[in-house]
Amino acid sequence: MNLWQYTLRRLLYIIPTILGVAGIIFVIFNLVAPDPALIMLGKHASVAQIAELRSELGLDKPYWAQYLDIVKSAFTFDFGRSWTTKQEILSMIKRGAIPSLTLSVPAFFLSTVISISISLFVSFYRGKWLDKSAVFICVLLMSVTSLAYILFGQWLFAYKLGWFEISGYESGFPDFVPYIILPVIIWIVLSIGPDVRFYRTVMLDEIYQDYVRTAKAKGLSEKTILFKHVLKNAMIPIVTFVVIQIPFLILGALLLENFFSIPGLGGITLNGIYNSDFPVIKAMTILTAMAYIIFSVITDVIYTLVDPRVRLK
Amino acid sequence: MAHTSVQSVDEISLEKIPSRKSKSLWDQAMENIFRDKMAMTSLIIVGIYALISILSALGVIAADWAVEVGPSYAPPSGEFLFGTDIFGRSVFTKMIKGTEVAMSVGLVAACISVVIGVTLGSIAGYFGGKVDEFIVWFYTCFQSIPTIMLLVALSFVMGRGLVSMYVALGLTSWVNLCRLIRGEVMRHKDREYVQAATALGGGHARKLIKHIFPNVSHLVIISFSLMFQTAIKTEVILSYLGLGVQGRPSWGTMIDDAKLELARGVWWQLGAATLAMMIVVLSINLLGDALRDALDPKLKGK
Repeated sequence: MNLWQYTLRRLLYIIPTILGVAGIIFVIFNLVAPDPALIMLGKHASVAQIAELRSELGLDKPYWAQYLDIVKSAFTFDFGRSWTTKQEILSMIKRGAIPSLTLSVPAFFLSTVISISISLFVSFYRGKWLDKSAVFICVLLMSVTSLAYILFGQWLFAYKLGWFEISGYESGFPDFVPYIILPVIIWIVLSIGPDVRFYRTVMLDEIYQDYVRTAKAKGLSEKTILFKHVLKNAMIPIVTFVVIQIPFLILGALLLENFFSIPGLGGITLNGIYNSDFPVIKAMTILTAMAYIIFSVITDVIYTLVDPRVRLK
Repeated sequence: MAHTSVQSVDEISLEKIPSRKSKSLWDQAMENIFRDKMAMTSLIIVGIYALISILSALGVIAADWAVEVGPSYAPPSGEFLFGTDIFGRSVFTKMIKGTEVAMSVGLVAACISVVIGVTLGSIAGYFGGKVDEFIVWFYTCFQSIPTIMLLVALSFVMGRGLVSMYVALGLTSWVNLCRLIRGEVMRHKDREYVQAATALGGGHARKLIKHIFPNVSHLVIISFSLMFQTAIKTEVILSYLGLGVQGRPSWGTMIDDAKLELARGVWWQLGAATLAMMIVVLSINLLGDALRDALDPKLKGK
C-alpha cells in the first residue's frame, strides 16, 4: 500500500469515529442527563415555562435531529449560545484560545525539551545509582497530587515570597509574561515525572538493540552512540508521544488556569462545569475530540513516513 | 485395590525423592517479589491502608471524625497530631476517614475497568473480523474524548456521590487495558497450545478462559495497580471540581478546603491529605513496577 492510499484510508476512517463520538456525547447529554429545563427553572416552574425553554434550547426536536445537530457542530463549530453568559460559544472559544496557548505552548515546549534531556542523561548512566534515584524521584513526583503542587507553589512563591504574580492576566506580549512564569514552572514540575519515565523507557528500548552493539563493537564512543544513533531512532516514539498530546493543550491546563485566573479555555470549561452549562461542556468536548482525531491521523501518517515497516502491515 | 496400591507407591517415592517440578512463572514471580525489600515494604504499606479503610468502614476507628475536639485551626502539636480544621475537628481523624473513600474508589473503579477492558479486549482479539472492527471503533471513539470531560459529564449525569464516582472512574479507564489484552490475545490465539485445545474439542469459551487468559493475566495485574492509583489521584481532582463525595471527608475535599486555608497560614490539612495520598500512591507505584519486572521479564529495569 502506498502512502497516499494509506493516508486516504486513514482519513476516511475519521467519519465513523466522529459519528461515534457524537453518539457518545448525545447519549450522555441528550438521553441520560437530567432535563436541563428543570435544572435551570427549578422545581416551581409551570408546564408552559418548561415547554418554552425546551423549545428555546432545541430539546423539543426529535432525537435524530438533536443527534445531527451534534454531528453538524463538529464541522461548523456552531455550538450555539452558553446558557449562563448567553454569548456565542464560538466567540468565547476564540477569545479564550490566546491566553490558553500563551501558557500551554511555552510550558509544553520547555517541559518536553527538559524531560528528553534528562532522560538522555539518565539513560547514559543506566543501572547506576544516578539512574535508579532518578526513576525513584520521578515516581515520587508522580505520587503527589497536582493540586498540591499548584496550591503550595502559588502560596509559597507568589503569596509568601512575592516573587511572581499571584493571579491575573494581561493580554499582549510582553504584558502577559509575568503572569505565566509561575504556572509554566508548575506545569514543568507536574509533567517531568511521567515524561522522564516515558522517554527513559523509550531510550532503553533502543539501547539494547543489536545496532547499538554493532556500533560499540566498531569502537564508537558512548556519546556518539547515544546522540547519533539512539536518539535518532528513539525520535519515532518520542514524536508520536509529543504529537498526540497537542490536542489536549487546547483545554489548556484546566486547573492551572483556574488557580491563576487566566481567562483561557480551561477557565471557560471549568465555569461550564460549575454552572451545569451543557452547551459549553459539549462544545469543549467536541472541540478536543476533533483535535484528537485529527492529530491521531497526523501521528499515524508521520509514523508511516519515518518507519516504512508499519506501512507494509 | 490395584488403584490404591499405585497411590501408595507414589506417596513413598514422593517422600524419598525431593520434588524437581519446575517452577511456574507465577511461583517465580512471587518468589522475586518476596525477595525484593522495596516491593515487600510497599505491599505491607498497601495492606495497612487497606486495613485502616476496612476498620473505618466498620466504624471501629475514626467514626468520631465529625466531633469537635479543640479550637478552630489549632496547629499540629502533641495533642492534635495534624492540627484541627475550621470546625475544630481533628485533621488526623479526617485523614484516616478519607482513606476509606480513596481505597474504595481505587478498588471499585479498577475492578469495573478491568472487567470491561478484559471482556471487550479478549472478545475483539479472539474473534477478530467484524466484531474486532466494532470494538476497536468503539474504543477509538471513547479515547478521542478527553478523560476529564468524560468524567465530568458522567458525574453530572449520575449525580454527585461515591457510587457515581466509582462508575465514572471505572468507565473512563478501560481503554488501555482493552488494547493490550486485544493485542496479546491475538498473538496467542493461533499458537500450538490453543490448536491442541481445539483438537481436543474445546469450545471458544473454554479456550479463551482456560487456556489463553492465564497467559495474558499478568497484564491485568499490572494495569490494575496503575488504575488503582490513577483512580485515587482523580478522586482528588473531582472532589476539587465539586463532583466528589459529599458529607464525609475525603483527601480531595480536604485539599479543596486548603485552598482557602493557605492564605491564613493553615497548611496542615493540605499536608496531611497530600502525605497520606503520596505514601499509598508511591507504594502502589513501586509495587506495580516490581510486579511488572517479575511477571514480564522483558521489561526488567525499564
